[in-house]
Amino acid sequence: MVKQALRWALVIAVLLFLYAPILTLVVFSFNSGKYMGNWTGFSLRWYVELFNDAVIMRSLWITLSVALIAAVVSTILGTLAAAGIHAMKNRHANLVENITYIPMLSPDIVTGISLMLLFVFAGIKLGYGTMLLAHVTFNLPYVIFSVLPKLRALPQHQYEAAIDLGATPGFALRKVVLPQIMPGILTGLIFAFTLSIDDFVISYFTSQDVSNLSMTIYSMARRGLSPKLNALSSIMFLTVLTLLIVINVRSARQGKKETV
Amino acid sequence: MKRSAYAYPYLLWMALFIVVPLAIVLFYALTDTVDGRLIFTLENFSAAFDPAYVKVFLRSLWMAALATVICLAIGYPLALVLSSRHFKAGKLLLMLVVIPMWMNFLLRTYAWINLLSDNGIIMKALQFFGVENLSLLYNQTAVIVGLVYNFLPFMVLPIYTSLIKIEPNLYEAAGDLGANSFMSFLKVTLPLSVPGIVSGITMTFMPAITSFAVSRLMGGGLVTMYGELIENQFYFMRDWHFGATLSIVMMVLVLISAVLTRNNKNKEGGMLW
Amino acid sequence: MKLWTRILSVSLALLFCFALTACGGGDSSGKTTLRVYNWGDYIDPDVLSEFEEQNPDIRVVYDTFDSNEGMLAKLDGGARYDVLFPSEYMVEKMIQEDWLMELDLSKIPNVEYIDQRFLNLAFDPENKYSVPYTWGTLGILYNTTMVTEPVDSWGILFSEEYAGKIIMYDSVRDSMAVALKYLGYSVNEHDEARLKEAGDLLAKQKQNGLVKAYMTDTVKEAMIGGNAALAVVYSGDAVLCMDETDGNADLAYAVPKEGSNLFFDNIVISKDCESLDAAYRFINYLCDPAVAARNIAYIGYSTPSSAAAQIMGEAYLNDPVFMPDEETLARCEVFLDLGSLTGVYNRIWESVKLQ
Repeated sequence: MVKQALRWALVIAVLLFLYAPILTLVVFSFNSGKYMGNWTGFSLRWYVELFNDAVIMRSLWITLSVALIAAVVSTILGTLAAAGIHAMKNRHANLVENITYIPMLSPDIVTGISLMLLFVFAGIKLGYGTMLLAHVTFNLPYVIFSVLPKLRALPQHQYEAAIDLGATPGFALRKVVLPQIMPGILTGLIFAFTLSIDDFVISYFTSQDVSNLSMTIYSMARRGLSPKLNALSSIMFLTVLTLLIVINVRSARQGKKETV
Repeated sequence: MKRSAYAYPYLLWMALFIVVPLAIVLFYALTDTVDGRLIFTLENFSAAFDPAYVKVFLRSLWMAALATVICLAIGYPLALVLSSRHFKAGKLLLMLVVIPMWMNFLLRTYAWINLLSDNGIIMKALQFFGVENLSLLYNQTAVIVGLVYNFLPFMVLPIYTSLIKIEPNLYEAAGDLGANSFMSFLKVTLPLSVPGIVSGITMTFMPAITSFAVSRLMGGGLVTMYGELIENQFYFMRDWHFGATLSIVMMVLVLISAVLTRNNKNKEGGMLW
Repeated sequence: MKLWTRILSVSLALLFCFALTACGGGDSSGKTTLRVYNWGDYIDPDVLSEFEEQNPDIRVVYDTFDSNEGMLAKLDGGARYDVLFPSEYMVEKMIQEDWLMELDLSKIPNVEYIDQRFLNLAFDPENKYSVPYTWGTLGILYNTTMVTEPVDSWGILFSEEYAGKIIMYDSVRDSMAVALKYLGYSVNEHDEARLKEAGDLLAKQKQNGLVKAYMTDTVKEAMIGGNAALAVVYSGDAVLCMDETDGNADLAYAVPKEGSNLFFDNIVISKDCESLDAAYRFINYLCDPAVAARNIAYIGYSTPSSAAAQIMGEAYLNDPVFMPDEETLARCEVFLDLGSLTGVYNRIWESVKLQ
């Protein structure tokens, strides 16, 4: 009992820490005034203004589509890469891994400017496509380093055993390896989406004529961040939360049915 | 088909979008513009080891390391709890750890600043309990808090992933062999979660060194980190050559330390330390 | 394996389709594309959409930046725009580096409404390259509940009395301007001994714990929340902070007696402009007094157009923050590009910050 209480205490403490600013955002989205920290009364003004703001709505769409596509592409590419690296000789694997660290390690501005130089030099017009390419690039290391530990933790020779028992390599991979590394793949996917949705500097340098939400928000800072953005965050947060709970409740029910 | 062939698409991608840009950065680092002409020089590198810059580098290293350790200290127990079989809501709660990061960084940080400011709720509460003359913002501690906040999920998730599929039989076996729960943690759980810990540390520590916005906003411009120093070279000094040099220096130093720790690890048979 | 390759190839195909459509699209409508690069939230969206309605042959592609330096870095990297909105020192730099197109002012007849005081300034002596868009002053925003003495000198920022309650502006030129003006020098000072003196003053200010923080955009929230006594801000920010409904009524703004910096954001046409006619029509539209007045009401900065100021009415004309008197203006200077001294300024500032 005590143990369980301690567990909950830890979880609740961490969630409080993580949600303190989010709650602030939500509260101030209902503020009638423009500035955080200066409560002037309850109002839905910013929600109304949000839906009339074409710029924010367009950047939201670009952010979500880029984040989704980049996350899926980098997850597939990164998972295959991890499988390949896992099978490589130590020396080769080390080299590839070290190079893979680079996008994680290089400051955003360096990644952003060097990719921009590359695109311009190659004659590729900056836009949605180049932003997407950049996002996949900085997502890849996170996917690879999420999947690779899972692969390394697999019992050795399991894959070979499956082959010996007559499975084709593809079948062995799909039926033996994939289910076991799935949590790693999902982690990679979540990381990729998270990084993508929040990126400013790299997107700023690798795109033109399109702006994602971060670019719109950063460029607004000079004139003061509008509470419209708080309203947007609140809606996004509530949507995600509802989705999560629905999925969770459904899978819990299914789980129960199966056990019955 | 060789299994390493799965990595071929990535290798191509890597060559195009990591190696080529790196070569561009290296080119900038090794050159300088004098009177409109490009010359090759190593002067940028000797300038990069100016004591003032080295000090900033060491400070960033220290702050990133501290933030990483704190993330680990909070993240590991959390991952352990969330992945435990006694905790049904683990998956949902895990997602709840990640979702705050989907709200924009700048908005999140403005909200933090609002909470921690002198007239913010937290200070008001502290004052109520008689704590005075304390500043929660615009110092190193504030920057560390900001870093921990932004990187915590990157520590929790990989560790959770490595813990979630540990065979329950292993614990039973450990129990049968007379291990108490602490021993079975030490001998079963911990070693099996090492890959997750390593990947969590990598994903927290490396980007933390180069983060610049956290230090600028939460540190009030009083605590300069290496990422900010590099950014300033590109924006305000407009010296791409020197900015490139600083980032190369940083990458090389950090990669060397990564390689060294990995070699040690291999020697000691997969243990982290 | 088959499944994976299929998923992979489909996604890659999808990716490149997106890349291609994003590159090739847009010009099919037969409209002229006008690529505009401005500060974020720095134009009334209605003004922009009305321009497109009135000019059905023009499609405005609107990108935003968050600093002059960010804008220039992107141009350095190879991005191209038609119409841009740099600040005065950036205009001068861009003229020197040959980024800009010489303007044919006869194509912008609405320039006649712009106040003579704001034309032919040192950064672009004959307005060959730029038309002013907004302007303002650098000054001190202070909280009257914490500062009871009159604020009329930069000296108050160096007084121990307000230790830990002062917010400085986190940029080279602005912080140096404060120190230089306080010492009685020019904001474009060239004498290295004087620059060092100013640097030492700023270093001492930081060392003695006078500075609460260096900020740029976050200063508004900090001052409105009553978290600092004094802050160096631009008049545009001061207006936002002192706003009747959204701001803090305890705040006041002053331009110190030693003089200050007078800033301008300007409209320029890039040398690579691909639709010159559209660019001129756009600029002329923005200079139209009625449009400028609407736009300025949205932005909250001062307008250089005297006709637009008249439309804004008495309250605007008599507000010393928007319209400082002649005497105050006479004490202010405009930033000039420092040329080879840029490095000296930057190094001094870096050493202050890295302390």
